[in-house]
Amino acid sequence: MKIKSLSYKALGALLALPLIPTLAYAFQMEIATKNNYEGLTPQAHWNEMWSEVMWDITIIGAIYFAIALFFLFRYRRTEHNQVGKSPKLSAQAIIGWVVLPCMLFLGDDLFLFVKAFDLHNQMREVPAHAQTIKVTASMWNWNYDYGNGVDTDNELRVPVGKPVVFRMTSDDVIHSHYLNGYHVTEDVMPGRVTWEWIMPVKVGESVITCREYCGANHSRMYGKLIVMKQANYDAWMVSALADAKAESGHRIASTTVGKAIKNIAASKINKGQEG
Amino acid sequence: MGVIMGHEPNGKPGWPKTVKEWLFTLDHKVIGVWYLIGSIASFAVAGLAAMLMRIELGSIGPDITGDGNVYNLWLTMHGAVMILGFQIPALLGFVANYAVPIMIGAKDMAFPRVNAMSVWLLWSGILLALANLVIPDHFNGMWTGYPPYSTSDAAGNTALYSLVVIVLGMSSVFGAVNLACTVAFMRCKGMGWFQMPMTAWCVFTANIIQLIFVPVLAASVLLLSLDRYLGFGFYNPETGGDVLLYQNLFWFYSHPAVYVILLPFMGIIFEIFSASAKNMVFSYKATVFAVLAFIPAGGDVWVHHAFVAGLPDWLRVLQSFTTLLISLPFGLLMLSLVGTLYKGAIRYSGPMIWALGAWVMLIFGGLTGIPNALSSIDYGISDSYVVMSHFHYVMAVAGTMATFGAVFYWFPKLTGRICNEFLTKLSGITFFIGMNVVMAPLYFAGIEGMPRRYMDYQQFADNPTIVNAQYWSTIGAYITFLAVLLMLVAWIHGMLKGKKSSQNPWGSQSLEWTSAALIAGQGNFPSPVEVVEDWHPYNYIDNPKPTYITVASNS
Repeated sequence: MKIKSLSYKALGALLALPLIPTLAYAFQMEIATKNNYEGLTPQAHWNEMWSEVMWDITIIGAIYFAIALFFLFRYRRTEHNQVGKSPKLSAQAIIGWVVLPCMLFLGDDLFLFVKAFDLHNQMREVPAHAQTIKVTASMWNWNYDYGNGVDTDNELRVPVGKPVVFRMTSDDVIHSHYLNGYHVTEDVMPGRVTWEWIMPVKVGESVITCREYCGANHSRMYGKLIVMKQANYDAWMVSALADAKAESGHRIASTTVGKAIKNIAASKINKGQEG
Repeated sequence: MGVIMGHEPNGKPGWPKTVKEWLFTLDHKVIGVWYLIGSIASFAVAGLAAMLMRIELGSIGPDITGDGNVYNLWLTMHGAVMILGFQIPALLGFVANYAVPIMIGAKDMAFPRVNAMSVWLLWSGILLALANLVIPDHFNGMWTGYPPYSTSDAAGNTALYSLVVIVLGMSSVFGAVNLACTVAFMRCKGMGWFQMPMTAWCVFTANIIQLIFVPVLAASVLLLSLDRYLGFGFYNPETGGDVLLYQNLFWFYSHPAVYVILLPFMGIIFEIFSASAKNMVFSYKATVFAVLAFIPAGGDVWVHHAFVAGLPDWLRVLQSFTTLLISLPFGLLMLSLVGTLYKGAIRYSGPMIWALGAWVMLIFGGLTGIPNALSSIDYGISDSYVVMSHFHYVMAVAGTMATFGAVFYWFPKLTGRICNEFLTKLSGITFFIGMNVVMAPLYFAGIEGMPRRYMDYQQFADNPTIVNAQYWSTIGAYITFLAVLLMLVAWIHGMLKGKKSSQNPWGSQSLEWTSAALIAGQGNFPSPVEVVEDWHPYNYIDNPKPTYITVASNS
């Protein structure tokens, strides 16, 4: 009787096992949110999480492989008529061999999940002072609209040290906006506006690619992200703004003339039909 | 035990002799072989498409085609034909049809005529899919067929895509009903549910999954054609539709489809492990429940295919968690596999080498699934080679090795001969090495940011990791190609000149080896089989022998 009740207690304790890493992590989470965006950018946080997951699966795999290799070597058939002698499991043993591994897996799952949830919150909460850039995808082009009349194709310029949020939509099919090194991907589709944000902390260039299949030139739909010093960025913006003004003035002129010609042509055709 | 002669109606063990008998057969074994031939042909086509893609990707710039449309045709064919033409028919067609009824002591499937219909629907589907290679407006919207691309003119013939999926889906549903009924009602006398071989359990569960989820897939692709040709606009935002609807419907089936493939091939690994180690499947009953747990567990995780598709954040986090829960039943199956070896008497036969390869790949594939399940990690690796490498490890490599292992395992029952052991092992080891050289470098290319479904990668020209990975991966493809050739040589040699097999070459306790003739004829067993309560397909120590029920003869 005593032994039995003890084993039930042990089972009960096992059920609480998955909670331990979660509770342990709750304390850490406090620290992580306090440090937000100061020491740990989302991309650095992602890298940290990635290496942790890699360690996690490597350790599980190594343990499993070690056991498997040992069995494969130790239990070779040496005699012709030899048969396996695995022990017959009692009902309790079967339950134990289900509950114990499941609790271990669940514990690891929860541990990773809570950490990933924390990272998710960081990656999906846009800082209030973020600059907004509108992204319009089309086959096969990325257009970046800076909101002040300036827009660029397949070239994205942002100042260093300032969070940027992208509000994205597509003119035709689904594309996916991926910024290499920042670990953000988000699909871009017609009829919806999706978003992602980055925190550039280093001056330099990286690749922008499309990550959702979008036809013949899917692999050629790429651009460049250029992170610039604030002064350089401001200088670029001033000249781009001047260009944009000249450009838009030209565009309005051409469309007005074009419309007038079209109207004349249309009226002539109508008259011809009447006659 | 000597060779037992089959009986009724031909009375002779062995295969039909005439072409007519082969074509109009209702015998589940002949139908199983038709499934096998169809799936191997599909594997050849889709494998060659993969080969062409690997050659193209070996270096930057156009190598054998500069045309994205041609490359995308190969890619579409590779995905669609491998999954719908090779894996599902090989596992739910060949294994389910050929092996499972004999394993459970049934004389045939529950509905032989429906069975014949399923296999010919499959062949129609495969021929329709191959037609995509020759028609001018070939469909190139990938096997996933996401709108609005797949409903645009650029995608080619959407109707063909819908038709192929619906025809193959019908074949699957008929097959699923048939097999579920066979397992439920046609087990031999005395065989309880918990005396069924793991393969039967896994195939049964996979078919239940098919029954629940295939109709959703059929609906989702039907709506594609309605959108494209009749302007219904289910997926068109301009008319009030939503492009995400398709992804929800499509993955609602297509994630469980992973388990439709995974479970039967794990069943095969169990079968080969147990027969090779002559050992009881570890914790058999619990393992069976773990298999069944895939039905609910696999059904509510489809959003992890759309973590970056603009779905609500709460849903991403929720299904990130449900996805992680898959590790519980999957972990139990992996535990049971290693447990089956514990205190076993392992003989490294040819099929065992293939099963071991499949198992190792399954460990890689299973573990690399964990980072993909975390939604926030997925923001960095979604649609990259990391994902591609992961699911190729599970489906393409583990699944294929187990499927071919199954062919080697049941080869003596198919032909009465055993494949040359050296060739079997050599092809298995070469395949294992080849596929690892293909897939492992691509995982690291994916971490560097290489997206999937690219025909070129000049934007990554200054990244040595990606460039080298692509190069080595192509070398691996050549090794794999060699392995497949070796395997074909092993099969053909085995068929023509292989050593004559004994009744039970692997020393299994399962009914197909102990109680049916080596090449079973129509009706499978000389007379109906009966097993007692203590009989178990994996009991190698003191298993009571199955007996025959003598039927009163007419004379």
